[in-house]
Amino acid sequence: MSDAPVLRMESVRKTFAGSVVLRDVGLEVAPHTVTALIGASGSGKSTLLRCANLLEEIDDGAIWLDGEEITDPRVDQDAVRRRIGVVFQAYNLFPHMTVLDNVTLAPRRVHGVPREEAEERARGLLERLGLGDKATAYPDRLSGGQQQRVAIVRALAVRPRLLLLDEITAALDPELVGEVLEVVRGLKDDGMTMVLATHEMGFARDVADQVCFLDGGVVLERGTAEEVFGDPQQERTRRFLRRVVEAGRL
Amino acid sequence: MTVTKGGSAPEGADGKGDMTGDDNYVLSERRLERERHKRARARRATAVASLSTLVTAVVLYLVVVNAPGWPRTKETFFSAQYAREALPKVLEGLWLNVRLLVICGAAVLVLGMVIAIARTLRGPVFFPLRVLAAAYTDFFRGLPLIINLMIVVLGVPALRLQGVTVDPVLLGGTALTLTYSAYVAEVFRAGIESVHPSQLAAARSLGLTNRQALRHVVLPQAVRRQVPPLLNDLVSLQKDTGLVSIGGAVDAVRAADIIVGRSLNYTPYIVAGLVFVALTIPMTRFTDWVTARMDRRRAQGGSL
Repeated sequence: MSDAPVLRMESVRKTFAGSVVLRDVGLEVAPHTVTALIGASGSGKSTLLRCANLLEEIDDGAIWLDGEEITDPRVDQDAVRRRIGVVFQAYNLFPHMTVLDNVTLAPRRVHGVPREEAEERARGLLERLGLGDKATAYPDRLSGGQQQRVAIVRALAVRPRLLLLDEITAALDPELVGEVLEVVRGLKDDGMTMVLATHEMGFARDVADQVCFLDGGVVLERGTAEEVFGDPQQERTRRFLRRVVEAGRL
Repeated sequence: MTVTKGGSAPEGADGKGDMTGDDNYVLSERRLERERHKRARARRATAVASLSTLVTAVVLYLVVVNAPGWPRTKETFFSAQYAREALPKVLEGLWLNVRLLVICGAAVLVLGMVIAIARTLRGPVFFPLRVLAAAYTDFFRGLPLIINLMIVVLGVPALRLQGVTVDPVLLGGTALTLTYSAYVAEVFRAGIESVHPSQLAAARSLGLTNRQALRHVVLPQAVRRQVPPLLNDLVSLQKDTGLVSIGGAVDAVRAADIIVGRSLNYTPYIVAGLVFVALTIPMTRFTDWVTARMDRRRAQGGSL
């Protein structure tokens, strides 16, 4: 599947109770690349990710995953979601399950992987992310950074084609942000295709192959990290980045 | 859920454990003095409570005993002779109440869960099921239990249907199950709705179908949260098993009834009432204990 985009969006429109969140969004994500979505709060970054995973139904436009149009109402949505991993801002771990059960739930129930095999793979992933000793712990016994890393492992356990990261460090204490971003960097090195909505501009600049600035329901500016951060073409992008710099986030 | 008493649980037995930590901390004079003061205050509080209880009890006793009708009331409601006669019969009848509780309780939990799930089903195919479940809960929560019992226990045999039981115990149990399932279904439904939508989103994002998400993610959390109200309904069911006596089933209430009818002395009712209270108290305490334990877990930062 050489260079055909993993994810493609065209003219995506999404409104909530009459207010337009995504007006006309186009996006292409090439395999093994990282796309960072930046923009002010409420600019539609999270909504875009939720639409890509079909957690929200779009009003108009189309989204393709590996060339298959997934916004066609005749498509099996569960099958589509199986190919996309999502990590949420608030972790959304299942509080009544141990870390290991959180991670193995989908492989076992959705993909029919035998328990032993699923657990072995889960332990391997947990080990790699420095959570080897937490397999039998419940989520409420973990720090925010640990919980978020478990959430990443949970999303990876089903070997997704694409990983969506929705402000995954926004709920973390500042000293815990680093450990989570380190994991994302490692995934990039492994060649995982990712789209991340983020307020961590320094990180976006560092890790993203493509940066998209969302504003007013459209992708106002897109380019490499250098282009968007170094030489923004749009006045609104410049203003946004200036505010970010003033807030000490870049 | 297994409660892991992890090694680093800072909560001592009941807060009174010696909280000296693992360094070489020595209790300071200030702390010792404070603890002496707290102990003295606790002793004073106990003394005041005992005295106040005693005074209240004496006053109540005097009021009752000096009531103009007391001697007659004592004779008809608190006769030791009739109490002795009634107790074995009432206890014999109580066995029926206990069995009813266990069987109806189990049936209620199953039926209540089925109705609650029916109400959450999405999709046009399930429309009639959803409506039926909603109508069921509306109807049986509104219908007074005593009327429900009369309709089922007295009405069904009157139909003289072939093969349908006329046993008042079975019919009474059915009526209890019908009413309580409606209540319990609402308890389960409230539990299902209390699970945050982000949990469902997380489950769906992993590719779980709606049904799998309900089964593995939503229901386990919903049920766990609703244990205290469920136990509360069970306590209530326990005493309402006494109502099957209206169909003639010989339970604790009916056993008392029989003696009352013969002797015109109401003591057996008091005996039956006390027996029911004695039966519900352990269950109520158990409910309190479970609730307190869950509150404690939540207070410790656990989200259940």
